[in-house]
Amino acid sequence: MTIDSVVVIVIQLVLAVAVTPVLIGVMRTTRARLEGRVGGGIGQPWRDLRKLLAKEPTRAPGSTPVLTVAPILLMTSSLLLCALIPLASTLALASIPGDLFVVVSVLLLGTVALALLGLESGTAFGGMGSSRHMVIAALVEPTVLLSIYALSVPAGTSALAAIVQTRRAEPASLLNPVSLLAIVALVVVVIAETGRLPVDNPSTHLELTMIHEAMILESGGRDLGWLELGSWLRLTALLGLVANLALPWGIGQDASPLTLGVGIVAITVKVLVLGSVLAAAEVFIAKLRLFRVPELLAGSFVLAFLSVSASYLVF
Amino acid sequence: MSTARLLRLIARTGRVAEPLGSTTDHNLQVREGFEPPRALRGSVQVRHVDAGSCNGCELEIGAAFGPVYDAERIGARLVASPRHADVVAVTGVVTQNMAEPLVNTVDATPNPRVVVSIGDCTRGCGQFAGSYAVAGSVDDFVQVDVHVPGCPPAPEAIIAALRAVTRR
Repeated sequence: MTIDSVVVIVIQLVLAVAVTPVLIGVMRTTRARLEGRVGGGIGQPWRDLRKLLAKEPTRAPGSTPVLTVAPILLMTSSLLLCALIPLASTLALASIPGDLFVVVSVLLLGTVALALLGLESGTAFGGMGSSRHMVIAALVEPTVLLSIYALSVPAGTSALAAIVQTRRAEPASLLNPVSLLAIVALVVVVIAETGRLPVDNPSTHLELTMIHEAMILESGGRDLGWLELGSWLRLTALLGLVANLALPWGIGQDASPLTLGVGIVAITVKVLVLGSVLAAAEVFIAKLRLFRVPELLAGSFVLAFLSVSASYLVF
Repeated sequence: MSTARLLRLIARTGRVAEPLGSTTDHNLQVREGFEPPRALRGSVQVRHVDAGSCNGCELEIGAAFGPVYDAERIGARLVASPRHADVVAVTGVVTQNMAEPLVNTVDATPNPRVVVSIGDCTRGCGQFAGSYAVAGSVDDFVQVDVHVPGCPPAPEAIIAALRAVTRR
């Protein structure tokens, strides 16, 4: 069984790294087409990444090793996330702790690495970005925990793989109010956590409105390449988690080549479709004023709380 | 605007981007011996520096990255920091106050980098030559790789200069 789990984890990592630039490309192209533009094409994020990784980083004199370590830490946490979350198969988690609390802690590790990086540059924008990022993280993490916790009540365990498996075995439970409220709450916090509209604008050039971009303003070349890939991988992993919790069909349950193949195709399609829906929705909304963001996140926390309360009435 | 009206507008507008023009006949002046770096093939991020421009060139740069000329399809994108950039696009004469920031911006851009100067002012100071506020033209401070002539140059010319770097 251990060999099978290792195979599944390796497949999930390779899949995540391969699908992520395509996902970002699909999202940017969707947005460009709806805006009447042609866009850079689906391969553009891949070309950007290849170029960034080939460039030597420019580091300011007097900068500390944080500038070098933070991108690696973010990459590590994102890769761990992709290994722990059941993407192509629920087997990956059977033998290692793919626990809800472990996943949220790993998520927080990347968040803290980014925040330290923002502070490290010592510029006004970096510090501003870090403080905003931590405010959002503090509001997001409890909701992630609570909404998945609501889904874990029927499964009787906090292991993500078991939750997905239980939901797949009982399709009727996908449409009950507990599940719907939890999924809506989870979607809102995933949007906030990955810095998409309406919480943060990934394509902004205005320093005063930036959150994610403000923290990485001082990183260039290779450092920036790892930071970009790391944050994109988080998007893939979290979209994959939402997709597998909301629509658990297609995910493999053992390591046989057939079910794994089906699982790989299913998660790729699910993530790409979810990504383009997200990108299309972004065309219709504007960024929220920063002081309104806590209201949005508090709203999603309330939904998650209601979901947990209801789960004790339903089950 | 309501979502339904926005959807109708999107359907009615369709694609506004015009086909890419030719890369020749914009009289681009490429530095002797300049080879576009291999790493920048297909993807450049542009940091724009206004060293003392009248804002005519800025309007044209805005148009080049807008929906009609759509520089994104050749892999070019404007960025907010020189650390993220591969191309430094300079416009205008270099004023006394902007001479140092210009040099610093180019220094802060990771290698391999390309400097593109846009507009007649960047070579020979154009209308503003001889003013007490002018420290010199862009060539006096940094090594310019591609120069786009014109007052102001057309967005097609700016796109052509970026395509000389991305080769797309």
